[in-house]
Amino acid sequence: MKTDDLIRGLVADQATRERLPGSALAPWFFGGLLVSFAIFLAVLGFRPDFFQALATVRFVLKPVEMLLFAGAAGWLAVRLATPGAALRPPLGLLLAAVALLVAAVLGELLAVPASAWVPRLVGSSAGVCVAAVPLLAAPLLAATLLALRHGAPLRPALAGAVAGLFSAAAAAALYALHCRDDSPLFVATWYTFAAALTAAAGAALGRKMLRW
Amino acid sequence: MRAANAGDAAAYDRCLRSIAGVLRARVRRSGLAAADTEDIVQEVLLAVHLKRHTWDETRPFGPWLQAIARHKVIDAMRRRGGRTDLPLDDLADVLPAPEAEPAARGFEVERALQKLSAAERAAVEAITVDGAGIAETAQKLGTSPGAVRVALHRGLRRLARLAEAADEDFRGGAEAPAARAKGGHERR
Repeated sequence: MKTDDLIRGLVADQATRERLPGSALAPWFFGGLLVSFAIFLAVLGFRPDFFQALATVRFVLKPVEMLLFAGAAGWLAVRLATPGAALRPPLGLLLAAVALLVAAVLGELLAVPASAWVPRLVGSSAGVCVAAVPLLAAPLLAATLLALRHGAPLRPALAGAVAGLFSAAAAAALYALHCRDDSPLFVATWYTFAAALTAAAGAALGRKMLRW
Repeated sequence: MRAANAGDAAAYDRCLRSIAGVLRARVRRSGLAAADTEDIVQEVLLAVHLKRHTWDETRPFGPWLQAIARHKVIDAMRRRGGRTDLPLDDLADVLPAPEAEPAARGFEVERALQKLSAAERAAVEAITVDGAGIAETAQKLGTSPGAVRVALHRGLRRLARLAEAADEDFRGGAEAPAARAKGGHERR
């Protein structure tokens, strides 16, 4: 085909514009969230002492931290799918999320005696956490990757990994409502591990799904 | 491009032609055959077209275009054994200097056309090769202009994907067997 002919076709298609990854993300993500929440209710459910727990700092801090991570990573993922977009603002927010988690860990180390550190870190439900967070994240990751396909990620694997982090953080905010291990030591260890697994899956999927 | 995004068809046509001209000159300098050069130019044009919504109009167009072009050109050049260090950095600076259209044609898009659905292929061929308008094409195919628009857009999107998949195939077959595992699926 002659390039002139192709250009004629492109000009004729001028009126049709794709959606931006950011605006595509909202409906996809909402759909994914419904699925994740259904899985949450069916398999996990709220912890029995949910309302009493709401009065403790440690418990409330978990979803807050995770939502901060989700906001930063979601923002970064959308920026990564937009060539030339500035990455500094979302990276700054991501750094703030890390700082909050580190501060919570330091606070815990000061608040409880050294003998309690290891039991609190090991917790009582590490296995459930590491399995549940990626499970709840799966529908969200699928939705996020589908939305990012509307963009033009120059580094598909990296964009996929950040999409994985975003999905895992949102899933962890949900899982935190079930989880009875509230120590920041537990959160920083096992939530992070579960998020790393999800990010690795996101990188592998992104490498394939986000090519263009 | 700004005028093109506002719906000015003539401006969009000029913009795409300028990009094609500059890109063609750059790619040809690397010593590729004219048909291969044209394939690469067409692949970039498809990408610019399908991803143009990701350009934020409050930012300069040059860096965006450069990022898109580099992303597409590097893979395509590697596949054809050409240089991958083309100077693409000042694409937009020379944009107002278009080059005359050469006689060369590309073959990749033509090959990919054969894999489209009948409706998509009919719409794309009528508008590109035959040079028909949307309304005229709708009349010829016995459908509505809206259906032609949809078929055209889907067809173009699929052409871009097929070109990208061809990149994968080549890398898998001739260079890195490991790449085969990650290529191939999804677009089949």
